[in-house]
Amino acid sequence: MTIQICIGSACHLRGSYDVIEKLKSLIAADNMEDKITLKASFCLGRCGEFVTVKADGEFIEGVNAQTIESIYKEKLKPAALKG
Amino acid sequence: MERVSDTRVFDTRVQVLKYSVLKSLIRRAYEGKDKVALAPYEIPKEIVPGPKTDMRCCIYKARAVVEERVRMAMGGDESNPNIIECLPVACDECPIASYYVTPACRGCINHRCEEVCPAKAITIDGQAKIDQSKCLDCGKCAKVCPYKAIIEFTRPCVTSCKIGAIKIDEDKKAKIDNDKCVMCGACVYSCPFGAITDKSFVLDCVKILQDAEKSGTKVYALIAPAIVSQFKYAKIEQIVEGIKMLGFHNVIETAMGADITLHKELNELKEVDKLTTSCCPSFVMYIEKHFPKLKQYISHSPSPMVEAAKLIKRTSPDSKVVFIGPCSSKKYEYKLEKTGGAVDCVISFEELQAFLDARDIDVSSLPESPLNNASFYGRIFAKSGGIAQGVAELKEKYGITKEVCPIALNGLEEIKLAMLKMNAGKLPENFIEGMACVGGCLNGSLCLHHEEKNVRDVDKYGQQAKEKDIGGSVALYNMTLENEQNK
Repeated sequence: MTIQICIGSACHLRGSYDVIEKLKSLIAADNMEDKITLKASFCLGRCGEFVTVKADGEFIEGVNAQTIESIYKEKLKPAALKG
Repeated sequence: MERVSDTRVFDTRVQVLKYSVLKSLIRRAYEGKDKVALAPYEIPKEIVPGPKTDMRCCIYKARAVVEERVRMAMGGDESNPNIIECLPVACDECPIASYYVTPACRGCINHRCEEVCPAKAITIDGQAKIDQSKCLDCGKCAKVCPYKAIIEFTRPCVTSCKIGAIKIDEDKKAKIDNDKCVMCGACVYSCPFGAITDKSFVLDCVKILQDAEKSGTKVYALIAPAIVSQFKYAKIEQIVEGIKMLGFHNVIETAMGADITLHKELNELKEVDKLTTSCCPSFVMYIEKHFPKLKQYISHSPSPMVEAAKLIKRTSPDSKVVFIGPCSSKKYEYKLEKTGGAVDCVISFEELQAFLDARDIDVSSLPESPLNNASFYGRIFAKSGGIAQGVAELKEKYGITKEVCPIALNGLEEIKLAMLKMNAGKLPENFIEGMACVGGCLNGSLCLHHEEKNVRDVDKYGQQAKEKDIGGSVALYNMTLENEQNK
């Protein structure tokens, strides 16, 4: 699975660097490095209240530094394991 | 033209003239190829409609000069690698002789000027007269005259060039010595006739945007941090929105690349005795051309422009990058082999202003688009002393154990003195920041205006950065590099 995290200015101000850091450590803790690739992107064109994140081309709603852990555990990790 | 000059966007009328040519050319680029082909013939008549002109002796000469300006705006002479060129027809052949007696001479009894002259070039006949064939240009007469009636007269271009790259040819025209010139553009800003000017690649920029619109390619604008001191009539967030309206997919801070360059230079400093910075292409070129022995000390870290462009292209491989800055030598740097084609075009702040107006975009009325990626340190790269400050404050955090003694060389005059010392092995400092323009990029030759207080805007912009340290940009750099390697 490829997860794209927007690092454009609007998302950066909403904490995209923190989201990247947290995702990295979550992925490392679960040894999921070979299943999930993290990618940065300058503006995914959906500037809003949250950090814009796409997983295999699909937008993931409501991501920020506080919510990313539960989103990872409930959505991203199971989807990546399914392949 | 009136709106721009009225709102004091530019410092000088020569800049407004350059801007008018560019604006008309960009409009034509959107009207079609035929209109561009006619530009050298039609724009002179638009700008000098006649029957009179206050720019030159007659409308025909004024139009001939504008025609040359149009050719420079269209990219100029491709066979000359220099970005800066003197337009012979525009050079007014300013007098070359150095000292002149003005009517303020009272023809006094003392004749100190005559007495002090070592060449016996001065005679007094009611007023002092200087025999220019004997004058040695020593200036002693001017110093002793109690009425300050003797003035030194030098060509503004020659005075502005601190490295002696401008000579006068046999036709009394200014001539740039490409072996010495480092393309800082000081002469461009200082010639009161606008006879020395920079080549523009704005047509290439328009083509990149037009092609991208058809193909769906993303074009990124990479803006130099000095931009915050430039558009006084609008907020930086409105400028960002305006740039997007020109057709750019997004606007990225070059300061992000500066974070990465700073990190790399900190690492380099661990390994070498002395390091000279690589971000100012004119400083790099100065060492290469004037002190080749010191080339070994030039940092191998790519400049912030190149670092940021590479970062963009790693995240978005098929995209294009246009750098927008205050700098004439960046127009040269981006074509160098060592940049690996990371940057596709470079335009100046002057050209951006012309572009916005050619597309009838009034930035002061636009909504605000955020701009915040780079750190405090990356953003203050725009001022002289910014990099040296970054190194001084971050050295411990990034594991430098040896003593670091930074120096910031502010302008080519300081650079020249320090390089002479360094060449003789007598420069005590080991981290040498060099900026060819006095004050740094915020006073670059292609800035809209040059004010001393511009540095305050850069400092404020630095303080507003969400990132207080370069770590965020460096982490991003590492991540994009890992992705690429895994491929």
